[in-house]
Amino acid sequence: MKAPSKTRQTATLSRRSFIKTLGVTGATACISTPVSAKEVDTSFTSEELMTVLDLSKCIGCGECVSACKASNSHKYPEVKKPIPPMFPKRVKVEDWSDKKDVDDRLTPYNWLYIQTADVNHNGEEYEINIPRRCLHCTNPPCANLCPWGAARKEDTGIVRIHEDICLGGAKCRAVCPWNIPQRQSGAGMYLNLMPRFAGNGTMLKCDRCYDKIAQGERPACISACPEDVQRLGPRSEMIAYAKKLAQSMNGYIYGLEENGGTNTIYVSPVPFKKLNTAVKKGKGKPHLAPVENSMANEETLTKALITAPLAGIVAGVLKVVADSRKEKNRD
Amino acid sequence: MTSTINSLIQKLWLPTMTLMAITGMGQMPIFKRYYVADLPGLAWLADPFMVHWIHYIGAALLMLMLGWIVTTWAAKRPALTCSGLIRSILLLLIVVTGYLRVMKNLPDLHWPPLTTMLIDWTHLLFAMLLGITALWTVATGRKTYIKS
Repeated sequence: MKAPSKTRQTATLSRRSFIKTLGVTGATACISTPVSAKEVDTSFTSEELMTVLDLSKCIGCGECVSACKASNSHKYPEVKKPIPPMFPKRVKVEDWSDKKDVDDRLTPYNWLYIQTADVNHNGEEYEINIPRRCLHCTNPPCANLCPWGAARKEDTGIVRIHEDICLGGAKCRAVCPWNIPQRQSGAGMYLNLMPRFAGNGTMLKCDRCYDKIAQGERPACISACPEDVQRLGPRSEMIAYAKKLAQSMNGYIYGLEENGGTNTIYVSPVPFKKLNTAVKKGKGKPHLAPVENSMANEETLTKALITAPLAGIVAGVLKVVADSRKEKNRD
Repeated sequence: MTSTINSLIQKLWLPTMTLMAITGMGQMPIFKRYYVADLPGLAWLADPFMVHWIHYIGAALLMLMLGWIVTTWAAKRPALTCSGLIRSILLLLIVVTGYLRVMKNLPDLHWPPLTTMLIDWTHLLFAMLLGITALWTVATGRKTYIKS
C-alpha cells in the first residue's frame, strides 16, 4: 500500500505553493496546446464515459482547478447588474460575480476544487487530496427532476445544465445528494420572463468539458494534471480498472454504487468513511458519505404506472363482457 | 357493481385531477418560495422528492381510472361533446408526454437534450390548457363528455 510519508507531505505542500504561483497563465498555455490526435475516441463505443481518480496520486497542486477555470471561462454567465431584487424577500440573490477567484469550494465560477483530508489509517498518516466536482450520476436526479428540461443527461454520460435555458430555481441543487450545482443570479432566461417573481438566475456545474469530448479531446482537468490522477474511458473498462487499482493498493472505492451509480469513481488507500469525517463540509463543499439511490422510489412507482392502466383495462373488459352476457340473456 | 365503480370514479376524478395539478405545479419550486409550504400540513410541498412521488401515485390512480373509462367507452363508442373531445385529446397528450417523462427517469434511458426539453415544456403546456379548458367548461356549463 502506498502511504505518503511526512517528508512527502512537506514536499507536497511546497510543490503546491510553487505550482500555484505559476497561476492560470501556465495552465492556459498548457491546455491550449493543439491536440494532434484524438485523445478520447468516443466513436467506437456506445458506452458512457467514466472517469477514475486515483487519490493516492493527487498532490493537491490545483492545476486541474486552474485548467478548469481557464477552459470553461467562456461558459461563465454574464451578469446584468443591478440584479433584480427577488419577490418575496425570503428569496435571496446569489451573486458570485465579484468572487470569481474563490477556489476553496464549488461556486458558479469554480466547478472543481480540492478537498484535503489528513487521516490516520492503520497507524500511518495520510494526506489525501480529493478533486471534487459533479460525479455525473448514471440516473441523475438533477436532470430527472428539473421541470424545465434545462438539466439533461447526454449519450456520453455527461450530465449538463444548459445555462441559457435554466431559470435558476435550484431544484437540481436541492435534489443532488452532494448539492453540487451552484446558482448565479442576474443571468439566464429568467431575466426575460418575470425576473422578480419566477426564477433566480442560472445553475452551473462541471459539464465534463462536453465541447472538448465532442472533439475527441480530454477534459481540461485531466489534460492539465501533472500526476496523471484521472483516467477517462468507457464505463465497463473504467470499472474494471478502478477495481483492479483498488485491489492493488488494498484500497476503497467511492462513486460506483453511490446514488445508484455515477460516472466518477474515486479510489483511495484510506476508507471514505475516514475521509468524509476529515474533510471540511458545508455549502459548496460536498461530503463523501454513502448515498442511497435517490431515484429508487421512482423506479418502483414506474411499475405501478405500468400496472394501473392494465388493471383498469382488465376491469373494463370484464364489465363489458358481463354487460354483453346480460343483454344476451334478456334477448 | 358498474354503477358503484362509475360513482367512485366520479367522486375520485376531481380530487385526483386537483392533486395532479398541485403536484404538477409543485415540480417548479414555487410553493416554498411563496409560503404555501409554510401552511400547516403542506410542508411536503417543499420536498421535491415527496411531490414527485405523490405525482407518480396520483398518475397511477388516474391511469387506473382511465383504463376503465376508455375500455367501457370503446365498447359502445358514444359520441363525445366538443368540450369532451378537446379535454380527451389534451388528457391523451398529457398521458403520452407524462409516460415519456417517466421513461426518462429510469436508469439506462434518456432522451436527446432537445427531446427532453420539448417533453417537459409540452407536458406543462397541455396540463395548463386542460386546466383552462376545464374552467371554461365549468363556467359555460359544458361539463358533459358524452352527448346525451
